[in-house]
Amino acid sequence: MTIAVMTRPIARQAWLPRLLAGPGGHQAIGLLEHEQIHGLLPLPELRGRAQRDSALRLIDVIERSGLTGRGGAGFPTGRKLRSVASGRGRPVVVANGAEGEPASAKDRLLLSRSPHLVLDGISLAAYAVGADRAFLALHKREARLASGLEAAAAARAAAGIDTVPIEIVGLPGRYVASEQSAIVQYLNGGAAVPTFSPPRTHERGFNGRPTLVNNVETLAHIALIARHGDQWFRTAGVPGAAGTMLVTVNGAVARPGVYEVELGTPIGAVLMTAGGLTERPQAVLTGGYFGTWLPIDLAWQLPLTHRDVKAVGGALGAGILVVLPDTSCGLAETARVVRYLAGETAGQCGPCVFGLPALADALADLAYQGDRTVRQIEALAGLVAGRGACKHPDGATQLVRSALAAFDADVAWHQERGPCYGIGQAPILPVPGDMADW
Amino acid sequence: MLRHRAGPDSARPRRHGGLVSEILRVNPIACTGHGVCAELLPELIELDPWGYPIVSRAELSDETLPLARRAVASCPALALMLHRPKD
Repeated sequence: MTIAVMTRPIARQAWLPRLLAGPGGHQAIGLLEHEQIHGLLPLPELRGRAQRDSALRLIDVIERSGLTGRGGAGFPTGRKLRSVASGRGRPVVVANGAEGEPASAKDRLLLSRSPHLVLDGISLAAYAVGADRAFLALHKREARLASGLEAAAAARAAAGIDTVPIEIVGLPGRYVASEQSAIVQYLNGGAAVPTFSPPRTHERGFNGRPTLVNNVETLAHIALIARHGDQWFRTAGVPGAAGTMLVTVNGAVARPGVYEVELGTPIGAVLMTAGGLTERPQAVLTGGYFGTWLPIDLAWQLPLTHRDVKAVGGALGAGILVVLPDTSCGLAETARVVRYLAGETAGQCGPCVFGLPALADALADLAYQGDRTVRQIEALAGLVAGRGACKHPDGATQLVRSALAAFDADVAWHQERGPCYGIGQAPILPVPGDMADW
Repeated sequence: MLRHRAGPDSARPRRHGGLVSEILRVNPIACTGHGVCAELLPELIELDPWGYPIVSRAELSDETLPLARRAVASCPALALMLHRPKD
């Protein structure tokens, strides 16, 4: 007689870190070490039909993994690959490593520490969509990062790893230069500023060809999914939000920095990973300068997924969390950031060129003099949102609206009594002070 | 959906030539704020405080379509266009 034993798989804790696996520190992981940690790049040498089939299987695996873009928008990566692969013309792959957001450091960390993981991902994406060219876009000012990646690409070329040459391109440094249509226009010989769509880049991008633009972290995840499978990928994260993500934590925490966390981790738990709070918190800026302020009580339990953050009116963006201490003034902080964003307009669309400075003025008036009403500021935001060719003005207005909501008590205080003592505090949100090299 | 809100007297079809109706769209990069469009079509276009057009996203009707065409043709910056939403 046999006894049937019901075995239930033990709930597995996902093995972390994934992207940041390997020795600690910021030092670049060389090709040999990379292959020891992650294994060889699984690129089958096939031709003709067999290659097309295997490329489609790779897209299937990526689609099943549930991976979404880690650049901010959170679009399903598999679906994007499929639409580029089935587009008209030979596809091109562009890896976006130009981290424009001052509050984000994760792409830079990933590129400087694990360059081969990103380059693996570029090769795999090119293979999946059938591209014959691939670019890795960085900010021109990041010369050290570029030379490190060029060395990594040269080592791979010598070892004959990549099937498609990967060209490293430096973008002139502006916030909006890293917007995907701006990158494509720059590669096409134009200015690195956003373009009017349609055509969309995934349909007609570089030289009119279907162009896959992916964030470098997204590509690094592809490198791991191709090695370990879609099921493995989903062992981290929660249903509907699979895998891990890199989060940049800043503000009133003991150890600010970049952390790899599972999607669905409550924001409070992420902040504890970053050493815990150093001061009594007031709010958390979620998603960066195109994101939203969430009051701390709302943010603490909130799972880090696009859906959960969106449900409370926020945006996850590229995984930025900044803790604002109780002693700081959220309105003054926001005014400073909006002033910076106004300066970063590409200067192309009237509502952005004129609207963002007006919005920054209005917010500064509210913070420093208390003589603007919420209704006036909201009316201005309404005049700016959705009226540019890119999302630059939309991001800025979202930030402003969330500040008015999250700091509503402060707004009333400022209107009644003028500036609060918080405006004298040292700034929490990083804004590039020296614009000379920008 | 606009179609559901149409009253019983608006029997006029909202589709032209069997295709989804068009809307007006402005290319904000090309637009330099001449304001001609708002003068020609105040029903659908107003100007913001800086002189740039705020264009209604309403589907064009049989009455407004010819006016919209005229505004499109009159834009000195070629920034105004008719657009067929994909869905």
